[in-house]
Amino acid sequence: MFYREAGQFKSTYVGDHELFPIKQDRRGILFILFLSFVVVPLIANDYWLQAILIPFLILSLSALGLNFLTGYAGQLSLGTGGFMAVGAYACYKLVTSFPEVNVIIIIFTSGLFAAGVGIIFGLPSLRIKGFYLAVATLAAQFFFEWLFGRVGWFYNYNDSGAIEVPVRNFFNIIVTGPTATTQARYMVVLCIVSILALVAVNIVRGRIGRAWMAIRDMDIAAELIGIQPLPTKLMAFAISSYYAGVAGALFVFTYLGSAEVEVFDINMSFEILFMVIIGGLGSISGAFLGAAFIVLIPILITNLPLILGIPINAATVEHFNFMILGALIVIFLIFEPHGLARIWAIVREKLRVWPFPY
Amino acid sequence: MEILTAIFIQPFIDMVDDPVLFLQVIWEGFVTGILYSLIAFGFVLIFKASGVFNFAQGIMVVFAALTLVGLHENGIPAFVALPITILVMYGLAFSVEKLVLRSLVNQPDIILFMATIGLTFFLIGLGEFIFGGEPKMMISEELLLPYDSITFFDDMLILQEIDIAASVIAAMALVSLALFLGKTKIGIALRAVADDHQAALSVGVSLNTIWVVVWFISGIIALITGIMWGAKSDVSFALSIIALKALPVLILGGFTSVPGAIVGGLIIGIGEKIGEFYWGHLVGGSIESWLAYMIALVFLLFRPQGLFGEKIIERI
Repeated sequence: MFYREAGQFKSTYVGDHELFPIKQDRRGILFILFLSFVVVPLIANDYWLQAILIPFLILSLSALGLNFLTGYAGQLSLGTGGFMAVGAYACYKLVTSFPEVNVIIIIFTSGLFAAGVGIIFGLPSLRIKGFYLAVATLAAQFFFEWLFGRVGWFYNYNDSGAIEVPVRNFFNIIVTGPTATTQARYMVVLCIVSILALVAVNIVRGRIGRAWMAIRDMDIAAELIGIQPLPTKLMAFAISSYYAGVAGALFVFTYLGSAEVEVFDINMSFEILFMVIIGGLGSISGAFLGAAFIVLIPILITNLPLILGIPINAATVEHFNFMILGALIVIFLIFEPHGLARIWAIVREKLRVWPFPY
Repeated sequence: MEILTAIFIQPFIDMVDDPVLFLQVIWEGFVTGILYSLIAFGFVLIFKASGVFNFAQGIMVVFAALTLVGLHENGIPAFVALPITILVMYGLAFSVEKLVLRSLVNQPDIILFMATIGLTFFLIGLGEFIFGGEPKMMISEELLLPYDSITFFDDMLILQEIDIAASVIAAMALVSLALFLGKTKIGIALRAVADDHQAALSVGVSLNTIWVVVWFISGIIALITGIMWGAKSDVSFALSIIALKALPVLILGGFTSVPGAIVGGLIIGIGEKIGEFYWGHLVGGSIESWLAYMIALVFLLFRPQGLFGEKIIERI
């Protein structure tokens, strides 16, 4: 009734290959883009942008990256935090070494460093998979945490050991550093995330994405139909780490403003993994839904007692946060292992046939 | 050239020059290694019996130790708190089986693994909520653990009695477990499940009971580990990160091998202490945090099934 593809015929191949073949989907996406590009910057206050929307967008970018690797290519990774740290520190080093280069270009470039590192740590995936690989990626996590915390060159020998984001502008608008407005930073994040999300949709529906899924579903069969496991898996690691790296750079440059390496500790890796699970393995929209969920839950848990007027101290909230998050993961895995994206698909199906049962 | 000397020659000269210090380093590594072995042992037990890669083993160590200390803080004598803690661990095993594992039967391994990560977060939250997040002292004196130290070679080699006790208790725990697995009816059933789920089911072994039993045993091992580790440092959630070191141990030893867990633990423990002590200063120190993983990573490239693991691991 509300959502029906009946009557939408395609008479050309180009039309048939459209990104969103159904009119309602197209309108929905345009509406969301309109909301996020035009309406939100006009009406949202600093709290909403800084505490919810910016981290949500950045973390969904990272979740998108991990989803390539875990959801599409089937390689479990626990090192996302480490790859994000590589992106962030590469960006910092580049920005401070080449002050004349535009910061946006540097953010995109810093992802390449993360991609290179991802390829190196993806090499074991050629011989092992599953849990063994998960442990191998933990090596990346702990190694980079140590490297960026210990080796002074990476944080320019600061006394504090933290990286401070310098003020940089983009077409005369200050986009990073302490003096940048929240709106400007939000727009930068939104543009980068939108571009990379568009690229992501096209990657997974194209040749690369299909090769990943073939490897994930059955590697031997995939080899038989001519997919080379080596380049395919390394590609998954490279692209996944690229997204994580860009997300890491954005996380420090547009969200935190200054950071120590502890920001990208193992809990960050788990948080991203949870987003992917809750959102739905192997789904682009799932990455966004999962990120929204994980970002909103703590805010909800913090604010709910306040709204209800129950006095509760901050430490207890933190504990509840952990408990509820853990419980939710288990509940999700039990009732809907395919995550929020699957629930959305069910709802969409229901909308399609409403008011009839099928 | 100087760098090469510092890397390849100087450490060995140091070792030979001061053999007592070298022994001390090995001993420190040995003690840490035993604790890694114990954690890895809990992993292997659950992995063999249920195919679940139990990420929560590390947090179970903290949770058990916290429960013990927390009960004692509330005025319960240590030797009453100990059985209560064991009961709590049984309750945990029971509820994990009832609420999590049973509902996830037949799911892919990765889903079960992620469920145990969820369990980890839940236990962190629960533990902090009940007992508070600040580090606590282990009640070693009340548990009659020794705390003196023995010295050899004119006070050059110092062995803490608590470390000796830990090694002895760990060895005793491993031996009694080996006996339990080899001689008792439940133990044999457990090994049957570990070998082949379906065959075990067909001769009338109840999988659900076995799962509760293995999780319970892992809980007890976690408690032992927690007491020992807590006595060496203190009981805090930082321990759960250290407990992740059991993962490279598993890679070294093989996921399905009990002797592998023990040998792997000792190799990692001693290896990282030696690496830290003789090579760590060259790159700024604290390489302990990742050295174990790197050893495991390199090892994986050459022998993916581990030292003692079965060859059937999935590989390309």
